[in-house]
Order: sequence, then structure tokens, then C-alpha cells
Amino acid sequence: MERVLMKGTEACAEAAIKAGCRYFFGYPITPQNEVASYMSKRMPEVGGVYLQGESELASINMVMGASAAGARAMTSSSSPGISLMQEGISYMVGCQLPGVIVNFVRGGPGLGGIGPAQSDYLQATKGGGHGDYNLVVLGPSSIQELVDLMKDAFEIADRYRNPVLILADGIIGQMMEAVQFKFEIDPTTLPDKTWALDGAKGRTKRLINSLDLVPERLEQHNWNLQAKFAQAAETELRWEEFLLDDAETVLVCFGTVARIAKKAIENARQKGIKVGMIRPISLWPFPQAPFQKFMAGAKRFLVVEMNAGQMLQDVRLAVCCQRPIRFSGKPGGTTFNPEMIEKLIWDLEEEGSK
Amino acid sequence: MSTQTYRPLYQRPKSLSPVRNSYCPGCHHGIIHRLLAELIDELQIQERSVIVAPVGCSVLAYNFFEIDAIQAAHGRAPAVATGIKRVHPEMVVITYQGDGDLAAIGTAEIVHAANRGERITTVFVNNANFGMTGGQMAPTTLIGQKTETTPEGRDPLRNGFPIRVAEMIASLTGPVYVARVAVYTPPLVAKARNSMKKALLAQIEGRGFGFVEILSTCPTNWGLTPVQATKWLEENMVPYYPLAEFVGGPQT
Amino acid sequence: MTYELLCAGFGGQGVMLMGQLLAYAATIEGKETTFFQSYGPEMRGGTANCQVVISNTPISSPVLSSPQVVIVMNRPSFEKYEPMVHSGGILFVNSSLIDLVSQRADIETHYIPASQIAQEIGNTLVANLVMTGAYVERLHPIASESIEAVLKKTLTGRKEQYLALNLEAFKRGAAVITKTKEQTT
Ligand SMILES: Cc1ncc(C[n+]2csc(CCOP(=O)(O)OP(=O)(O)O)c2C)c(N)n1
Ligand code: SF4
Repeated sequence: MERVLMKGTEACAEAAIKAGCRYFFGYPITPQNEVASYMSKRMPEVGGVYLQGESELASINMVMGASAAGARAMTSSSSPGISLMQEGISYMVGCQLPGVIVNFVRGGPGLGGIGPAQSDYLQATKGGGHGDYNLVVLGPSSIQELVDLMKDAFEIADRYRNPVLILADGIIGQMMEAVQFKFEIDPTTLPDKTWALDGAKGRTKRLINSLDLVPERLEQHNWNLQAKFAQAAETELRWEEFLLDDAETVLVCFGTVARIAKKAIENARQKGIKVGMIRPISLWPFPQAPFQKFMAGAKRFLVVEMNAGQMLQDVRLAVCCQRPIRFSGKPGGTTFNPEMIEKLIWDLEEEGSK
Repeated sequence: MSTQTYRPLYQRPKSLSPVRNSYCPGCHHGIIHRLLAELIDELQIQERSVIVAPVGCSVLAYNFFEIDAIQAAHGRAPAVATGIKRVHPEMVVITYQGDGDLAAIGTAEIVHAANRGERITTVFVNNANFGMTGGQMAPTTLIGQKTETTPEGRDPLRNGFPIRVAEMIASLTGPVYVARVAVYTPPLVAKARNSMKKALLAQIEGRGFGFVEILSTCPTNWGLTPVQATKWLEENMVPYYPLAEFVGGPQT
Repeated sequence: MTYELLCAGFGGQGVMLMGQLLAYAATIEGKETTFFQSYGPEMRGGTANCQVVISNTPISSPVLSSPQVVIVMNRPSFEKYEPMVHSGGILFVNSSLIDLVSQRADIETHYIPASQIAQEIGNTLVANLVMTGAYVERLHPIASESIEAVLKKTLTGRKEQYLALNLEAFKRGAAVITKTKEQTT
């Protein structure tokens, strides 16, 4: 199969098309602008629609409309734009509409900067908008993984009738790697959505709605949603175990940082340090199982993130005070390099042997 | 009893659901719903129409029409409608919005949908206040008009001036039909029906965006009886909001 | 074997292109590669940089701590990146625009008059290919034929008129290294 060198943003767009998405709505923001330019070129070629919304607010609501009409639809943005989309995402959850949202996270808060960051982890994994809900959140750490996860994202979204969020960062968006597209889905072959709005012809009318003014019924609706989230929490777990078998120091990183950490771990291992890494790929649901699996051998955990300590909260829940946890963060758009992470590993090692 | 059948002169349109609506006595939302349902029947588009309900008193519009429906976030109906229409260009997509929904929180969405010339139809109900939340000032509230949030009357120095939305939409190049109508007398109802039909036809024929602003009463929040409310509308709203076809009328 | 490279220079000197060219060539050779560029306003006028990794095995970090090899195309880039070259690494300096000499004894340095050579053959814009030629000739992370193949694949249509110039620039850069090799042996 042909490998092509592509920028993360463009690979993301192509993967969406190959996953059967024919409707893209978005509003420009760095560092994800190439998704839009790529889509504007490619969508007409495949009979799809690219439409630039007047804002992220409009864009996510266009996604909601297209999804209600039965199509695979998506948008992508970066942090400030994703904040604006929270309203629409919450409505989509309430209306039980699928859809894929990609966030190439940049440093915040406010306008922040355009450097790569992971500081939207909590917003992404703990709901983000109003109401009791979760999105399945996937955190790729290479462009190939981003491509593969795009397909999964559309499938998961359809399966649960719930939006899925891809939490990438500026590095994944802006770097280039050779990728393969191992799938090509013709959207006309996808199963019919029996709830979609396509005209009440030969059937009773359909309604897509998040409003219910009867609290008891709304409660029941919420429990139905919760049942879906519980199902997803069991089924959609994904993680990578990296050199964990004899690991005494266990790093926990996701996305780009995990990649940088791998190099640090390889280097430290060459010098005889027993270190490995748990890399959550599904950030919601958060994989707890590998923590229990390697707890016995682990002496300490080290969480490294490009934020001020967000996934750290989930790691604390997973480790449940059984081992000490160290954290090192970089909020605001700066990056770690392998040397910095290796130094963190050495520091812990020396402390441990004291 | 005779088995002879009678020719119905007046009946519930097929597209209007046989349920009690939620509007106050004397509120024009009910009349406007009926007109829309009649037109859906007349144009034979019941099986390919979808209504995008707003947030406002007409939030439950999805219960009152026998067509597919979706309920949008406050102000976002035109964006949701855009998404549906782009997927199903053959469908007739209608947004139904109040003046808080369309002219305050959703100004950007309506202006840009209109400007893109989306093949959708917007029914805009201007009752000069926020009905659902208890009668607060809307962008369309008249100068001097007392509302829950303008107890001394709307002061333009503090709150700006009422927006003439139809004229604003008409200033764009995208729309192919823009009119302002009212429904407080039978002849006006007939005219309003005609305008709504033109706005729907603009979409059905694939020509472009159609927009009908309908001056409407809110007796409950205006603190008036239905009859007084009609009079108030005629005396205060009509002079400021002229009834006219701004785009796509006979003279243009 | 893993090759790490950082290229830096003014926006407009074709620094990104240099990195992309190498990444493309690696891709057609079936190798693993990552290309990561600085992005945003930085690219407008200031110094821009990109980092390229080429390897036979999966690449962990696309971000380099201290690159083995650095190419600097202008003076600010020399000042910023010369100290960062990994000990035992290699530095390529565009000596036409940089009148500084590295004081580091622990690295190998090549002074390539890239802009001047580019001018001699017709266009200063191909200084990046002169540098690429020197780099590929010195390290062989990929075959020169692959660079030629990529140039032929990408410079088509209206850009085809620049193909010969680019190929020539690449060869001239390589020749500088061959000559030094001959002199030292
Ligand atoms: C984001 C958001 N802000 C505020 C509200 C509360 N709200 C509900 S309806 C409404 C105003 C509706 O007024 P209008 O559009 O004029 O419709 P009417 O009720 O008069 O028909 C407001 C402010 C909301 N639902 N969502
Ligand atoms: S509050 Fe006003 S707008 Fe709402 S239903 Fe009653 S009269 Fe109509």
C-alpha cells in the first residue's frame, strides 16, 4: 500500500473523507487552517460539501444539521474555537447526534498563543459544555494514528449517536510523516439512520430534540444517555503499554508528549534504568486497567503533559494513592524535548535510591 | 342521519398536528403556524419539509407540525438549517424564529445564511420583546416601550435603537425574497400568506433565500388584552416597521 | 540508523522546502520520517526552522533535543543553533551570508558558499538545494537519486522550467563536499 508524506492537518482531512465524511464546516484558526483548505479542494472532488461558517458557533450547528440529516459530518478547530463550540456539542449530545470534532490544541487561556499544548484535556474529557455528558475523546500521538483514529471516531460516533472528539495538538497538526490510508468507506454504503430527518414520506414525522420540560422524563433521558456512556466506557478503551514489564518508573503521557517521552525512555533504558510508559489513547474513557496491571512492579509514576497538570487528575484516580506520583508540565505552548524528560527520569531515580 | 358527504370549507391543515398548542390567547404565533401549515399542504411539500424550531415561545413548534423537525440552540436555527439543506438539497427547510432568537443572539447566523443565499425559508416573528422569558427588551423593542428590563421605557442612549430586520436582510445581495407582513386583520392575513408562499417558492424553485418578518402580538407580556394588543401593534409597530415587500416584490 | 537534522534560516530561504524534500525522498525509499516545522508569525520574516528525522525504524520523537546535524542559512540561525549541535555532530554553514566561524572543536563544520554558488548558476533562491546537496553527499541519509526523483515529481507544469536549475544546484553542493574529501584524503 502506498505511503504518502503528509502534514497532520491534511492527513486528518483526507482520513475523514476516506472514513465517509462528506460534510465539513469550519472557521479558520491556527494551527489547523490546512484542514479547511484541504477540504475546500477535496470535498467538491468527492461530491461533498465544504462550507466556511461565519464562526465556530455556526460551524458546529451546521455539523448538527448535517448530522440530523443523516450524514457523516465534522468540524475542526483549535482551542478558542472549540470553546465556542461547546454549546453546539452539548446540544448534539442531548439530541443524540453523531459527529466528529478535531481540536488541534494551542496554548491558552484566552487567545493564548499558537504553540502546541494539551491544556484542553479537562474541557475535552469532563464534558466541556453544560449538562451531564461525556464525549469519547481520542488522543493520537502520530499522524498515522490520527488517520486511523479518524475512522474509529466516525464509527464510534455513529454507534453511540454521540459526538467524538479528537484531541490532537499543534505538533501533530503541523508535522509531516509518511502515512497509509488503510480504509476507504463509500458513504452510500453505510447503514440507513432510522432517526435521520429526510422527509416524512410514508412514515410518521421524526423529531430531533434535546428539550423536555417534564423533569421526570428528562431524568429518564439522562439515564439513557448515561447507559450509553457506561457502555462506551467499557468498550472504547484504548491504550499503549511501552516497555512496562520490569518498569519501576512508569511514565504516563498522551499525544505528542508520549512520543517525545519514548525517546527519553529508550535513552534511559540504554543506561540501565527500568522505565516504561502507559500511554492512554482513549482519554475518555480513561484506561485504568494498565495501572492495576503494572502496579506491583511500579515504584513511582511520572506524569508529563503540555499543560499545568490535567490528565494528572485521572492518573491520581487510577493510582489511588498506592504509589507516589510526580508531575512535570509545560503550559502555554512550549514543548518538552527528549533530554528534558530523560532528566526527569534520572532525578526520580536518584531520589528513589537515596 | 344522511350518508351524504359534505364538502369541507374549513378544516385543520394536514400538516398541522391535532394537538393543543402552547400559545397564549390572542398571540399571533397560532395564526402564523396555521398559515405555514396551510402552505405546506398547498405546495404539497409535507413529505419533504423539515422545520427548525428556535428557542423562544415557539420552541415547541416541533410538536405542532406534522413534518420532520429539529430543535436548535438559541439563535442557531439558520446554521442548523444550512447543515440539513446541504445534505438534502431537495428538502424544504424552514426556520421559525422570534426576535430574541433571530435579532439578538442569532444575528450572525441569520445574516450569514441570508448572505450565502442558503436555499432555506425563514419565518421571523417580531413581537417587540422576549416572550418566553417574561417580556424583556428585544433588539426590536420600540423607543419608549416598557418591558421587564426597560422599566422606564427603552432609552436609545442606553439601549440603542430598534432594528428593522427585514430592511437589514434586504440590504444583502443573497436573499431573493424579503417582506414584512402582519396578521391582525383578515386582508393582512391573506397578504401574509401570499408572502410566505413566495418565500417558500423561492426555496422550492431553487432560487435562493426567502425571509418573511411577521409583526406579532404578545398580549401576555405587553400586559394588554388581545384586542388592545392588536391595536397597540397597529398604532406603534406598523409606523416604525412598514409593511412591504423589500426584495422580490412586484416592483423589483 | 537514524538521521536527525535541523535546518534554520530566514523565511523565504526555502528552509522548509529543504526539510520537506528530504522527508519526501525518505518516504519514497520506504524509510520512516518526520518533518516538523516552526509555524505561525515566526515564519514571516524572522528565522524559521524545521526538524527532520529519517530512520529505518519507527521514529519516537519528532522533536529534537540536541540535533546531530544542523544547517544554518543565515547569521541569526548560526547564533542560535551552533551551540546546540550535539557533541560529535556536524554543522553546515551558508558562508555566503554568515561570516562567523565556529569555535567548537567537538563538531565537524562545513562552510558552503551556498548563496554564492546559487547566484553563479543563475538564482540565489536555489541556495537551499546547494545545501541539500552538500548534506546528502556528506551523510547519505538517502540516495541522491531519490532527491532527483522527488524534484522531477514535484517540479512539473509551470515549475518544470526550474528543474534543471535545482538539479544543478544539488550537484554543485555535493561537489563542494567531494572536493573537501579529496583534499583531506
Ligand atoms: C444561550 C441561551 N441564552 C438565553 C436563553 C433564554 N431564552 C429562552 S427564550 C429567550 C428569548 C426568546 O425571545 P424571542 O426570540 O423574541 O421569542 P418569543 O418568546 O418572543 O417568541 C431567551 C433569552 C436560552 N435558552 N439560551
Ligand atoms: S408569551 Fe407572548 S409570545 Fe409567548 S405565547 Fe404568550 S403571547 Fe405569545
